[in-house]
Order: sequence, then structure tokens, then C-alpha cells
Amino acid sequence: MRLIADLFILTGALFVFLAALGLIRMPDVYNRIQAGTKAATLGVIAILIGVGILYPQWWAKLLCIAGFVLFTSPVGSSTIARAIYLSGVRPWKKAVRSEEAS
Amino acid sequence: MTLTVLEQISAILVGLALLLGFIRLLLGPTAPDRVVSADTLSVIVTAALVAVGAWLGNALYLDVALVYGALAFVGIVAVARAIEGGHS
Amino acid sequence: MDESAGMRAYTLAFLSSFLLWILLTGSLATEEIGAGLLVASVVSVVSGPHLAIFNGLRLHPLALISLLDYLFYFFFALLRANLDLARRVLAPSLPINPGIVELETTLESSLGRMLLANSITLTPGTLTVDLKDERLLVHWVAVPEGGDLSTATRQIVTGFEKRISGFLK
Repeated sequence: MRLIADLFILTGALFVFLAALGLIRMPDVYNRIQAGTKAATLGVIAILIGVGILYPQWWAKLLCIAGFVLFTSPVGSSTIARAIYLSGVRPWKKAVRSEEAS
Repeated sequence: MTLTVLEQISAILVGLALLLGFIRLLLGPTAPDRVVSADTLSVIVTAALVAVGAWLGNALYLDVALVYGALAFVGIVAVARAIEGGHS
Repeated sequence: MDESAGMRAYTLAFLSSFLLWILLTGSLATEEIGAGLLVASVVSVVSGPHLAIFNGLRLHPLALISLLDYLFYFFFALLRANLDLARRVLAPSLPINPGIVELETTLESSLGRMLLANSITLTPGTLTVDLKDERLLVHWVAVPEGGDLSTATRQIVTGFEKRISGFLK
């Protein structure tokens, strides 16, 4: 049981790490939002499942947190993306790729 | 409870993720970049709080994580609104 | 708006806040349930006038099946999105071709459109940038080169749209 939980937590930690790596590696702000939101959301869900297996009596609150993250994470990213778009930032294109962007 | 090897690796990965997020937060280069990394960091910290709660066996951390997540969300939306309003 | 639609919004607000209360307290003691009933009534009465958002809900047994279908589809899409993204982030050449595309949805309720926008944000390579009436602006990490762009963009939404339309207008 402990092993299954650990595997879930490890997968989650891996995706959380990928999210942060995406933040560093992606060339522009839209791609960073994509990398950050998606991977972090799945990572958090996986960690929550793992903790839920370790502590089955916590399921109700873990479910609340999972639902909360699933709702707020995309809403937050879309809000940021919209704000950035309205403030006039346009997506990075490969054709005009500059050295410092990579 | 004591951590297994897999859990220690996971803790290190999450720690590295927080570090990378902070690097992006410091580097910027623009305000939106910082907001994005703050948003991602807040989601990661929520998960880290739950994991710390599991490590210490204390359910109180779940409430902390929930309230932290709610406040971070409101903050992010407020900052996004500010960016939007400053230019349009 | 007619009277029954208003009642439905109050009932839904009451039930959802009461359910949240039960989940958060994690106990079924009499005092907790009493306090929860009180709090849920206050919340539903105070927020009642702003609950037009619930109007898009379809309430019949079949809706529950399409909700489950949607959840399954959503989780697989989320998994695919992350594997796809992991591949892109880890590849040294960073194989991305970002761009913004515009698409239209047939969903009518604001709740349905919001759910669609959120689903798009969490699925492979796409991020909802703006939502204005039935038009969605979507940032796409890998816009396909050549080919029929409008067919490709349709494919982003159709899977979700079909499933969401089962329980939302």
C-alpha cells in the first residue's frame, strides 16, 4: 500500500518538477502558462491521490482540495493569459526567434 | 513517520521545482512572467503543504493548504486584473 | 426569469454549499449538520440574486451519465496533455510552434462555455486566452504547419463540446 502511494507521490513530484522546468525553458509567457498550469495541476492531483492512499480518513478534505485546484488553476491561467493578451503581448514566433529567448 | 526512499526523492523533486519557479520569478523578464511563475508556485506549494501534512501526520495542514490556495487564487486574479487595467 | 428557475438556483446553491460544508467538516455530528444547514441557508439567500449561472444545467438522469463520460474524457485528455508537454519540455530542440487561433462554440450557457474554456486550458497544447460570447481565442503550442487549419481547430473543441452539451445547454 505504501509503495502504491509512493509511486503516485513520485509521479506527482515528477510532473511538478516538469512544470517548473517548463517555466524555465519555454520561450514566451503563453507557453510558460501552458507548461506551468497543466503539469502542476496533474502533479498536484497525483500527490493528493498518493496522500489519500496513505491516509484514507482524509479523503473528504483531499477531494475538496483536488476539486479546488482543478477549478482555480485553469481559471487563474486563463485570467492571466487574457490580461496579457489585452495588454498587447503577442505570442513568440519561431521565425523571429532571438538568441536570448532560447 | 519516516520517509521512504521514493518519498525522499519526491521531496527533493518538489524542492527543485520550487527553486526553478523562484528563478523564473526573479529573472522575469516581464511582469506577466513573474505572475505566471507565482501562480505555478502557489499550486505547487498547495501540494507541498498537503505532503508535509502527510509527513507529519497532521490533518491541520490540509486546512492550511485549502486557505492558502484560496488566497493565492484571489491574489493572482487581482494582479491579472491590474495588468489588464494598466494597458487597456 | 420565471419563479421555478429562481427556486432551482436557490436549491442548487443550498445543496452545493451544504455538501461542501459536510466535506470540509468531515463529521456527521448533529451540531455540525445543524450549523451547516444554517450556513448553507444564509449563503444561498445572500448569493441567490447572482445565481443565473446555474440556469444552463440540465437536470435529468441522463445528464449524470454524460457528466461521468465528460470526467473520464477530461482525465485522459489531461494525462495526454501532460505526456505531450513533458516530451516537448524535455526535448533539447524544444519542438514548439505557437500561435493563437480563434474558434466558435455551440454551447449557449455561460457555465457551459466556462467549463469548455477550462477544459481547453488543461488539454493537449491549448490555452484559452479570451472568451467573448461564442468566440474563443486559444493559444496553441503546436499549430500544425499547412493542412486545413479550421478542421484542426474544430478538433480541439468537438470532443468536449459533445460531452458537455449532455449536461449543460
